[in-house]
Amino acid sequence: MTTTVGKDLGERATSGSGATSGTAHKRLTPAPPPGKLEDSPAFPAAAKRELGNTQQRDNLLRATATIRAKRAARAAEVDQWEELRVAAAAIKDRAHRHLADYLEQAEANLTRAGAHVHWARDAAEANQIVVDLVCQTGVHEVVKVKSMVTQETELNEALEAAGIAAWETDLAELIVQLGHDRPSHVLVPAIHRNRSEIRDIFVKEMGLYGQAAPEGISDQPAELAAAARRHLRDKFLRAEVGISGGNFIVADTGSLVIVESEGNGRMCLTLPKTLISVVGIEKVVPTFEDLEVFMRLLPRSSTGERMNPYTSMWTGVTPGDGPQDVHVVLVDNGRTNALADPAGRQTLRCIRCSACMNTCPVYAQVGGHAYGSVYPGPIGICLTPLLRGLDRPIDRSLPYACTLCGACTEVCPVKIEFPDLIVQLRRRVAESKQAERRPHLETTAMAGGRFVFARGSRFGLVGYVTGLAGRVLAPRRTFGRHLPWPASLWTRARDLPVPPKRSFRHWWKGAGR
Amino acid sequence: MSARSEILARIRAGLSDVPAGSAPDGDVPVPWEYGRAGALPAGVDVLELFVERCRDYKAVVERVAADGVPAAVVRHLTEAGVASVVLPAGLDEAWRDAVVAAGVEVLGDEPLLSAAALDAVGGVVTGARVGIAETGTIVLDHAPDQGRRALTLVPDLHLCVIGAEQVVSDVPEAVALLRASIEAGRPLTWVSGPSATSDIELQRVEGVHGPRTLIILLREVS
Ligand code: SF4
Repeated sequence: MTTTVGKDLGERATSGSGATSGTAHKRLTPAPPPGKLEDSPAFPAAAKRELGNTQQRDNLLRATATIRAKRAARAAEVDQWEELRVAAAAIKDRAHRHLADYLEQAEANLTRAGAHVHWARDAAEANQIVVDLVCQTGVHEVVKVKSMVTQETELNEALEAAGIAAWETDLAELIVQLGHDRPSHVLVPAIHRNRSEIRDIFVKEMGLYGQAAPEGISDQPAELAAAARRHLRDKFLRAEVGISGGNFIVADTGSLVIVESEGNGRMCLTLPKTLISVVGIEKVVPTFEDLEVFMRLLPRSSTGERMNPYTSMWTGVTPGDGPQDVHVVLVDNGRTNALADPAGRQTLRCIRCSACMNTCPVYAQVGGHAYGSVYPGPIGICLTPLLRGLDRPIDRSLPYACTLCGACTEVCPVKIEFPDLIVQLRRRVAESKQAERRPHLETTAMAGGRFVFARGSRFGLVGYVTGLAGRVLAPRRTFGRHLPWPASLWTRARDLPVPPKRSFRHWWKGAGR
Repeated sequence: MSARSEILARIRAGLSDVPAGSAPDGDVPVPWEYGRAGALPAGVDVLELFVERCRDYKAVVERVAADGVPAAVVRHLTEAGVASVVLPAGLDEAWRDAVVAAGVEVLGDEPLLSAAALDAVGGVVTGARVGIAETGTIVLDHAPDQGRRALTLVPDLHLCVIGAEQVVSDVPEAVALLRASIEAGRPLTWVSGPSATSDIELQRVEGVHGPRTLIILLREVS
């Protein structure tokens, strides 16, 4: 008699337990990089790692320059641009200051329209709800619309652990998934990859998970997009469960909105029998009319188009059209922390357009993987510590990943005041370090600074000494990268210029005037 | 405590700075006048702008007199080499007759066609609810002349006939008109050009999962 040892490999684990430990688990979908995002090293170390990837820096600099120019042109076309931004910020503030009421209203309207509404306190609970819902349908795979909140909760891995394959269907998400990679941007998750890298990923991986890339495929974007169309077609046509996020939930009608380009979203929202939409509680807007503001701001701010190719709006179940089993999972996962923070609350206005990261000089150099979060760039360095707290090294370092240049605030369609907020967050990081009562370099350095600045004579002495150093080091412009600790903490990711030969103070006192 | 009550309690606790019982619109005024018409570029009327903007997004657009619609539908379908089309039940009978007479196979959607059957169909002909000139958008509300959502998604060609009287200047006017559809429980699909992606080096490529050909006939009263 043959045994069936090994037969359990691909089998469904008990719902959501992730209980695959012990048995070697044969993966259904490509494995992402090991480790948890929140355990990433602090930003300076991660930035140094990413700066070493010159291909990625090239790709990013080119891509962000292109998209910045497109956004600027499309925003300039609209006379009322500033008025729209003010309105968008106010609509979101109104929604958030009365969030409980609007959520209850949305829930009542969704329920009336035949949808089932679920609530999740955190990522684990959200994933569990989705896993259970999928298990009830009895299927072993789902198709997914690109969604930031399910990236945040790492839903795909929870599904994988339960024996359910989650197929990403957005082209960039597909590139990331097949590339065993992580997203590096909220809108174009594969922005760090160029066409030839994408071709290589498709050639190597597509065939392992479905329709292979055609023989001899080139790196032309049109050919690569056609390969993705073919690869995903079967998956769409046989899909019984679709999983989406949501760009907006309209409280007064109970409608959900998905803004997209490729039509993969429409496929996932329309063809399956069951649709599960996982949405952050901050996505609610009060009325359907409010969409006129966001539908003008979002496409122009994100892809730099007057309008994105496809937007879907639906309200619960539509008899005879699309999924008849409709679920909405409302997720907190730290959003109520951000809400309770009067300065941080504005981060919940974010509509994930990506304009801030596209305009950020830090992001353009280091890319999204340095941030240890699915939200990189200006919004990421504010939102992530608000959602996750300030306990981990990465989260404490994020508010410092900024030059305070303010370019992000200029472009943000919902007018988040980044520089002020970032300074406040830095203060909070400093306070949390002080509260620990063990020496931190920064607090020690600040104490030193206080000592020096307290007396003119001390300050003058420092100017004299640095002037000497400047003269000794004269032909060099920076100290280089290899200073001893603790200076290395600064120089490992930044240049430290050598001091001038003469301090301003010295010059002002008349010596050189 | 259930997740629902716990989250709602956290929200209320976090909003202690909001005056209890304050009305949302009094608490946060939104300085915006809804539903206004958009400004048109000098010397361009709303239909010209609609045509230009739809073409900008690689849709094929033709202005047709109302009585010329059946012939134009047939001409576009045959030029595209479409052998079979789905026609939603509520479509104008005259268009259906013309398509049948031209020898193109016509499928209805009753009983509902399977996804695989739709994949094998060459195209679909529909009406629309609203056109938006500024953005080159057609909005479907999936009324009987447009059919359910999958019909305009899976086949590779979508021919949409929209009346000149349905075209508005910009998004706010469209949203005002669309409330009735939403309240009637209808889903909406906003379409601006054929499906496209900019995911590879931010270069726009037309034709991913939705119909790769979008033809818009703008019907004008003759
Ligand atoms: S913070 Fe503003 S600019 Fe950045 S992604 Fe969100 S909405 Fe866009």
